[in-house]
Amino acid sequence: MKKTTTYAAGILEAYEYLLTNHPDFFIIGQGLWSPWYVGATMTDLDKKFGKDRVIDCPVSELATTGATVGASICGYRPMIVHPRVDFMLLAVDQIVTQAAKWRHMFGGNSTAPATFRAIINRGGEQGAQHSQSLHSWFAHIPGLKVVMPYTAKDARDLMISSVLSNDPVVFLDDRWLYEKEEEYTEIEILDLNEVLPQKLRNGDDITVVGISYTSLLCEKACEHLENTQGIKSDFFDLRVLNPLKLENIIQSVNKTGRLLVVDGDWSSCGIASEIIASIVERVDLLALKSSPKRITLPDSPAPTSKALEQLYYIKEEQIIETIIDLVK
Amino acid sequence: MKQEVNELIDPSKFRDRIDIKGIEKSLLVDMLRKMVLIRKAEEKLSEHVESGKIKCPCHLGIGQEAIGVAVSLVMRKSDRAFGAHRSHSHFLALNENTYSLFAEVLGKYDGCSHGMGGSMHIVDNDNGFKGSVPIVGATIPIATGAGLAAKMDKAGDISISYFGDGACEEGVLHESLNMASIMNLPVLYVCENNLFASHLHIDLRQPSNSTSRFAKAHHINYNTVDGNDVVGMYKLLKSEVESMRSSNTPYYLEAFTYRWKGHVGHRDDIDVGVKRGAQLDSWKKRDPIKRLADSLIYEGVLTESEYQYLNHEIQNKINSDWEKAELASFPENEFLITQVYS
Ligand SMILES: Cc1ncc(C[n+]2csc(CCOP(=O)(O)OP(=O)(O)O)c2C)c(N)n1
Ligand SMILES: [Mg+2]
Repeated sequence: MKKTTTYAAGILEAYEYLLTNHPDFFIIGQGLWSPWYVGATMTDLDKKFGKDRVIDCPVSELATTGATVGASICGYRPMIVHPRVDFMLLAVDQIVTQAAKWRHMFGGNSTAPATFRAIINRGGEQGAQHSQSLHSWFAHIPGLKVVMPYTAKDARDLMISSVLSNDPVVFLDDRWLYEKEEEYTEIEILDLNEVLPQKLRNGDDITVVGISYTSLLCEKACEHLENTQGIKSDFFDLRVLNPLKLENIIQSVNKTGRLLVVDGDWSSCGIASEIIASIVERVDLLALKSSPKRITLPDSPAPTSKALEQLYYIKEEQIIETIIDLVK
Repeated sequence: MKQEVNELIDPSKFRDRIDIKGIEKSLLVDMLRKMVLIRKAEEKLSEHVESGKIKCPCHLGIGQEAIGVAVSLVMRKSDRAFGAHRSHSHFLALNENTYSLFAEVLGKYDGCSHGMGGSMHIVDNDNGFKGSVPIVGATIPIATGAGLAAKMDKAGDISISYFGDGACEEGVLHESLNMASIMNLPVLYVCENNLFASHLHIDLRQPSNSTSRFAKAHHINYNTVDGNDVVGMYKLLKSEVESMRSSNTPYYLEAFTYRWKGHVGHRDDIDVGVKRGAQLDSWKKRDPIKRLADSLIYEGVLTESEYQYLNHEIQNKINSDWEKAELASFPENEFLITQVYS
């Protein structure tokens, strides 16, 4: 049998690689010495590499994030880990107004190559304050790269390239992908500037774009439709939200004439709108066979009640129905 | 009288019967009843986190019941209290409404937040509980603003900010204390110092294990107390809150205590973090309920059998409220969208 790996194991492998090969890399964050906070993505790193480089910390998001920025300006490649995106919001000034601006406002004389890792950790009746993703907010900011892996290979390789990137990066991984299993491949060192949306399925009927967890839903939906109805999709996993590179998706839409974007966050001013707008601006309008469409969360905070939580999150069936509707 | 911090954090100290001198009998029984109700309610929650009927994260405060009860007894309904992720006791001390809490935790429409919040987002406006949220430190400035509003109202009301030792590591505590001090706001800051923030002992997070140094730095009157002595805290707060009401001043109470359960859920987590395994048994001997019950029985306020009856009655209420909550309905689907805007 072929050797397999998981998304969580991919992240753990990235850490082991970085801690072994890059003495200027260190990690700080709440819960790094605890088995609960970060799932299986950081197991025993403190024991293997020492508590000096894998640093658990006080409940101080703003100071620890700012300190990560500071160390990055002074020659280190540090990463702050926030066990939930919601907690990272206490540190938005340091990410958005400090790190993202640092290079440009000093005329390129300095840079803050910090990595801000936050975990999307939703569902489980946790409710409004423990379930946000907000990736589109961060993707709005010039100077701040935003990376959201879907495959286990990307979770590992894009984390490495985020840390090695000379710019500040927001890296968001999704707990709902941690157990995703795939065939193991060797580490590939990628230049984040060269990373494009990745085409994971080929087809002429429709172009489908997913991001992080919604890529899993899209991939399953596309596979189902090909097997049961012969509908073939060009399916792309977005991978990097900022800066956005859409050339290969535009080419695809010119070919299929149909576009569906599925984003696990709110619709207004979201990445799905950005993708559709950018494509509509540049695609041959005569090639479009139906209006582009997006699937996003309902415009409400996350509820806790399981009855409403079931309604709230995007499901594979929704994507299947929408694709059928678009290709009709 | 300030008690020494190194004694307050030592679980071999403060195990004796609580001193109940000068307090009316009915009030003492009230204190005991509230604490027993909170304990048994949280034991019920623990049981059903374990059984899987409860899915939302539950941060239990078993062992910390005395603090919310003491505060509730100096509050009036127009005061405004705010809590955090571990706030069942703050809520129940004010309303004893176990049905409302159970229904909320089960995501039912009858819950205090109509099933939208679960254990971590509870509210009871009518009884002065203005809301609890699980973003650490978030309600400290909100309670400070409630203090500002109370001052503007000129009715002698106060606000209460409940938070933990971990929340003191968020910068907003310092901003809030500074503001309350310079603007003379009637905010009662209640730090429940249980020596832990999730898995980390305070020794690994702060250079001192007492947080009242922050009050001192901002010229706010404070005291460090045994958080498992409901009567002691009540006496102190009664006089301090009176002067807060008349002179618009903040006050900082640091109550040392210990949570018997793990950070979240039903387990004990004795294998997590430094010192916990060794100290949990010892802290259980500083039980806020047993110490008061022993006093009341010893001083003849209550007989052994009256105490048993009280326990029995509360257990029955809790069992029936739980059963009723299980049968209650979920919110209608539209509720997801209709409550986003007013
Ligand atoms: C801003 C923020 N950071 C981190 C967390 C995760 N978290 C939840 S409770 C907690 C510990 C808080 O400790 P403390 O304030 O002492 O309260 P206790 O749990 O002891 O009652 C942490 C770190 C959070 N909910 N919000
Ligand atoms: Mg604590």
